Amino acid sequence: MSLAAAAAATATVAHAATTAAGATVAHTATTAAGATTTAADTHGFLSPTGVEIAFLLVGLVTLGAAIVSVTTRQLVHAALWLVVALGGLAVEYLLLTAEFIAWVQVLIYVGSVVVLLLFGLMLTRAPIGRSPDADSGNRWVALTVAVASAAALVWVVVDAFRTTWIDLDGAAAGSTEVTGKALFQNWVLPFEALSVLLLAALVGAIVLSRKAKANPPAVVTSAANEPADNETPASGTAASGPAASGTADPEKEGAR
Amino acid sequence: MHLAYPAVLSALLFSTGLYGVLARRNAILVLMSVELMLNAVNLNLVAFDVWLSRAAEETLHSGQALTLFTIAIAAAEIGIGLAIVLAVYRNRGTSDIDKLRDTAEGHETDGRGTDGSDSEAPAAQKAEATA
Repeated sequence: MSLAAAAAATATVAHAATTAAGATVAHTATTAAGATTTAADTHGFLSPTGVEIAFLLVGLVTLGAAIVSVTTRQLVHAALWLVVALGGLAVEYLLLTAEFIAWVQVLIYVGSVVVLLLFGLMLTRAPIGRSPDADSGNRWVALTVAVASAAALVWVVVDAFRTTWIDLDGAAAGSTEVTGKALFQNWVLPFEALSVLLLAALVGAIVLSRKAKANPPAVVTSAANEPADNETPASGTAASGPAASGTADPEKEGAR
Repeated sequence: MHLAYPAVLSALLFSTGLYGVLARRNAILVLMSVELMLNAVNLNLVAFDVWLSRAAEETLHSGQALTLFTIAIAAAEIGIGLAIVLAVYRNRGTSDIDKLRDTAEGHETDGRGTDGSDSEAPAAQKAEATA
């Protein structure tokens, strides 16, 4: 009795396992066959399509602008070449059919981050012309590290994704509708947390920018007026601090 | 499109940004190079998201969502970073990161040695809190 039940149970388990294994094998075989035919039929290994040629050309421009941006000795030109690099990346996003990311890239990076960087260069009184000390003394070590990392990354990436193609036909994978649905159906909680983070960053940036010349005038006034009270001169300095750098703060916060 | 094109471009851009971070002397140029590295990662995320949305039927679009979050965090980071650089410039008169070798505020603490600069850091934080 119990033997028969055990045998039946074993048979059931074996049947289930066979079914699962068969389904898995069939699914894998189908997927592999589909991938292989896709790779073999519609793509040659080194026969670039028009999108790939466009991607390559824009990528060359982007990479060149990035290299000039990290090697030029004129600081403002570095920020302007960064605009070219980031704009080129926006075009690359468009070629990858990620439209929404492309326009966000144009708005945020080219529109605000580079402007903020230019304001930073202005407010730290960066020299307009060539500054001979833009690069530090360890640039050859830095070049070695960068070339080594580039070689390692390119080798690994090319070796890993040699037979992988992106299917760009059909509907766009990153249109505003698709991105909006994904963002507000699946990623709402991180989105809201991000708004809190942006608020914290805004408050932090304002607090950091308001503090102007805190210590030396505070010491002087406290020594001159009231040596016993330390809090009042500090707040007085904080009130008079933005007046000293009054040209700096409104521009910066206006840019933000 | 072959996946190697965006992946290789992203790797090269990342290495360019790495060179900039290591070789630049101005703090704002270092921030620019950090932006380049972040953008390289963004390109990788978008390319792999577009690939996986077709190849693996991935409908979460996690790569693009993460790219948007990265862009927002990069904007916050550049704001905070520039505020810190401006505060350092107002205190020290330079934004040369090779000259910013101690963590204490003010120039008079340089001769006191290491324990003097250590005891000076909480005082600086207290001054920030009161101001």
